[in-house]
Amino acid sequence: MGMGKSSLAKKYWMAATGLFLILFLIGHLAGNLQLLLPLGQRAKDRFNLYAAFMTHSPVVKILSYLTYTSILLHIIDGIVLTIQNRRARGKVRYAKNKPAANSSWSSRNMALLGTLIGAFIVIHLINFWAKVHFGPIETYIIANHAERIQDLYTVTIQTFQDAQYGLWLVLFYAFSMLILAFHLSHGFAAAFQSLGLSHPRYDGLIKRLGAAFAVVVPLLFAFIPLYIRFVLDQI
Amino acid sequence: MPHFDPHLPEGALAEKWDRAKAGYRLVAPNNRDRIDIVVVGTGLAGASAAATLAELGYRVKSFCYQDSPRRAHSIAAQGGINAAKNYQGDNDSVYRLFYDTIKGGDYRSREANVYRLAQLSGQIIDQCVAQGVPFAREYGGLLDNRSFGGVQVKRTFYAKGQTGQQLLLGAYQALSRQIAKGRVSMYNRHEMLDLVLVGGKARGIVARNLVTGAIERHAAHAVVLASGGYGNVYFLSTYAMGSNCSAIWKVHKRGAYFANPGFVQIHPTCIPVHGPFQSKLTLMSESLRNSGRIWVPKKRSDAQATREGRCQPADIQEADRDYYLERRYPAFGNLAPRDVASRAAKERCDAGYGIEDNDAKEGVFLDFSTEIQRRGTERAYEAGMENPSAVQIRALGKKWIADKYGNLFDMYRQITGADPYETPMKIYPAVHYTMGGLWVDYDLMSSIPGCFVIGEANFSDHGANRLGASALMQGLADGYFILPYTLPNYLADDIRTGPIPTDTPEFDEASCGVRERIERWLSNKGAHTVDYFHKKLGEVMWNKVGMARSAAGLREAIAEIQQLRESFWKSVCVPGSADDLNPELEKAGRVADFLELGQLMAIDALDRDESCGGHFRVEHQTPGGEALRNDGDYAYVSAWAYQGADINREALHKEPLAFENVELKTRSYK
Amino acid sequence: MRKTTMAARKSLSLTLKIWRQKHAKARGRFETHRVKGISTASSFLEMLDVLNENLIEAGREPVAFDHDCREGICGICSLYINGRAHGPSRGITTCQLHMRSFRDGDTIYVEPWRSRAFPVIKDLIVDRSALDRVLQAGGFISVNTSGNTQDADSIPVNKQDADQAFDAASCIGCGACVATCKNSSAMLFTAAKVSHLAHLPQGQIERKRRVQHMVRQMDAEGFGNCSVTGACEVECPKGIALKHIARMNREYGHAVLTSREQT
Repeated sequence: MGMGKSSLAKKYWMAATGLFLILFLIGHLAGNLQLLLPLGQRAKDRFNLYAAFMTHSPVVKILSYLTYTSILLHIIDGIVLTIQNRRARGKVRYAKNKPAANSSWSSRNMALLGTLIGAFIVIHLINFWAKVHFGPIETYIIANHAERIQDLYTVTIQTFQDAQYGLWLVLFYAFSMLILAFHLSHGFAAAFQSLGLSHPRYDGLIKRLGAAFAVVVPLLFAFIPLYIRFVLDQI
Repeated sequence: MPHFDPHLPEGALAEKWDRAKAGYRLVAPNNRDRIDIVVVGTGLAGASAAATLAELGYRVKSFCYQDSPRRAHSIAAQGGINAAKNYQGDNDSVYRLFYDTIKGGDYRSREANVYRLAQLSGQIIDQCVAQGVPFAREYGGLLDNRSFGGVQVKRTFYAKGQTGQQLLLGAYQALSRQIAKGRVSMYNRHEMLDLVLVGGKARGIVARNLVTGAIERHAAHAVVLASGGYGNVYFLSTYAMGSNCSAIWKVHKRGAYFANPGFVQIHPTCIPVHGPFQSKLTLMSESLRNSGRIWVPKKRSDAQATREGRCQPADIQEADRDYYLERRYPAFGNLAPRDVASRAAKERCDAGYGIEDNDAKEGVFLDFSTEIQRRGTERAYEAGMENPSAVQIRALGKKWIADKYGNLFDMYRQITGADPYETPMKIYPAVHYTMGGLWVDYDLMSSIPGCFVIGEANFSDHGANRLGASALMQGLADGYFILPYTLPNYLADDIRTGPIPTDTPEFDEASCGVRERIERWLSNKGAHTVDYFHKKLGEVMWNKVGMARSAAGLREAIAEIQQLRESFWKSVCVPGSADDLNPELEKAGRVADFLELGQLMAIDALDRDESCGGHFRVEHQTPGGEALRNDGDYAYVSAWAYQGADINREALHKEPLAFENVELKTRSYK
Repeated sequence: MRKTTMAARKSLSLTLKIWRQKHAKARGRFETHRVKGISTASSFLEMLDVLNENLIEAGREPVAFDHDCREGICGICSLYINGRAHGPSRGITTCQLHMRSFRDGDTIYVEPWRSRAFPVIKDLIVDRSALDRVLQAGGFISVNTSGNTQDADSIPVNKQDADQAFDAASCIGCGACVATCKNSSAMLFTAAKVSHLAHLPQGQIERKRRVQHMVRQMDAEGFGNCSVTGACEVECPKGIALKHIARMNREYGHAVLTSREQT
């Protein structure tokens, strides 16, 4: 019982990890927005220094482990909940059901949306994270910096500008951000509800904030690859 | 000879209950779990009794025909519960509640019982608040009260229009607590089909498991009936579809006297009948009469135009409206007691002023426009609005109405499709409560030793007419605070009895009888459904044993019901099997009993050759059309004893009513 | 009796697809029936009454369905009508659903509540005793019914709290929330009682114990988890709000983190 097995505790974990991942999204987005700088050495150095900081700072390390854990917990908890919830309906299902009359599509399909986001994360990690950790990736020297730093900037720009698969990747990223938007459109406010954070004075604010977050954050994320592909000069 | 002594305690009225309690014998805590008690019904009376007896330590078996004890029909009581708390400081007191109830009942109830009820009324509110019943409150955090028909003080506690629900859930929660402790065994979807007597004492029941069809035997040292009223004998009523008389009727057939069977309450504010397939009538709480004004058009031509839809109520000018209750009863106006208000509606409709478009042209308006205007102005003033517009005032007034009666207004809109905020409600009287029931003494024991009857199932407290918000009070007083004192007095003899065996000839006989009846219906393969007979019975009852009764009509009714019963047994068709969930079979059993009780009701109404309360004999009325009582000849409780299959042979026993603390007066609400 | 024929009201012919199932273990199936001459002023259950009368007269077994008060308060009626708990209208029970909500020639699907915790007993009747057991686990205030309590007005209750408590307490236990929830979750039902009692001073003493016991029982009955779709709130005949679930979530968290009692 307690904070482990009960249905409510599972929802707490779902909500808490979800909210943490929402914070992560903000941080990740803030860093990525540097990719919108005009092509050149300044943009490259700045982004790569940022990336180096993200991979070496002990504080960020802790945060990144927390993020991995949150993602894993969010997924495992989601799978457990989905299995339990499907079983709770019983063997015979409604022959005629009109769920659209009482609930939003995204609220009913969080598991599907989550699975798609999961798939995106895997591809996203292969695209960038794997290269940072396992290569191949170029390194170079920056003034006033002791160690050689990895050129993630060039990898990123090249990935999206790749003549063969770049376009498909950009479209996939944009699509995934759409999925994320739907996931967030339900998840943001629902997390507060699941944690019991409800008050007539703030409920409206949370809902509006959630709606805004679900639109703005994925939109900005999606804008970055689109910008790199279609607006930014070829590297 | 069955027990027929009311056992009224000696002493002054205010001391009787204390004296009685002081004299009652006790069962010590260590002996209580050797005693089994069966409680039939889980409404306010049954649930509160079962919970309290279990809490005291008795082993309780509780039965209900619904799928959960929480569904008993007490849940549908809307308006409120009376208590002589005098929280409003309007000079209320135990005596005044007692007096109002005696007078409201048209002097046909026992003084001692009613006084005890008034004494206990305050405790009920304390108890319910402690249980978490969310009564309406004022901004200062204290309990709010509203006014009800037949009284001139505000003593009614309420929870919006769902007071019965909230009180029942309170009792259900207390019961649930005992079920969880294993002290109450709950038998849902079970129907009691016979009482078992051993050595002249009630020693158990035979019940049918409605899911499996099994006929079960349940032994007990005492049996408590809390099975509610029998208004469904009229087919159309505000009762739940399953409400029935079978439990009390079976007990009557086993020797318990049936008291005042003809006393039926016809509630003035129900939604009128809409069509031939109608299955039930819906009450609109009496509390609405606090805010609504009842009227019909002054001109027959306007009434006809309204029925035909050529004229809207708003088109009828103020001067052309007849607010007949305000006209006839200026002191109480729209809050005249139920029997009076119902008859007044019938009088207007019979005279051709009815406004509802049904065959009987039965319906009157309940109009909230005056209240909307008044409350809207009040609220605008409170909000400090200067020169509020008519639209603003209406909006505020509607908001006030919605806060107070929102759910009732929604309910009305759902059923009729009309919006009562914009147009008056259409209402008409309908059968709502039965004051009659099994005869009980002051200790709530029937004429069968060991068989106790509480709540609406007994006859005790409401005389010939029940005042609004008094049924909830009686049910809870009986279950929480009376039975738990009186029952041990009886059980004190049973501490050495030991468990009652069920493999005895008495139990065999009862369960065989039950099986035989069931087999007979199932093998009958007649031409008509159970409802066919039930509707026919309802028709006779409503027309001849309803709001206006005559000797000739009652005689016809007696003969017609008898014929109908014979025809029922010959040609009823009950499909399905006995070993299965079979709602038609359940209905057949209930209607078979209604077909006997209905006849007794007509016999009782014929015997009572006077008008009193809800019992209105057209032969006995004042020139103004008010009920004319005959205290010299009829100040008694009529208690009928079963004499075999021929209901006409039932024997009448009379319990004289003595009025030592109130003066017998002509009831006037003018 | 009150013979009434409504010339002004329309009459409908309908096709009904009704779930029939002999008993809990039998395989169920849909049966198609036609009914004619149904008044738009009739209630949905009165329409089923007509169907049953026809079936009995034709020598067939009538459709079993739960119904009792027929005024929307006892909570026993329980049909899934055309894909919605208690039918297409909001804020009502099946017994309050009237035929004016349908059009002539409509086909109507009538199914029982579907949930692992609500096994079918027969046709459209399901067993909802799981809800009773959730309540028995702690949905009460442990005050004896002796009547020896303090005066009802000795503890004032803030009107907003009293109103909130009432709103939550208006639950009729019909199970529409479970039936309509894609997860068959009983959170709204359970939360309604937790929130009702948590809003009142009388409910404070047992609040930690109550919420933990009730949640444990709710889980044990096999109901699903809340995923905040809000369907329950929409389909609840009494309009019990989702915020009561938030209240229960808060109560539970508080109880688990601070309760000294091991549950």
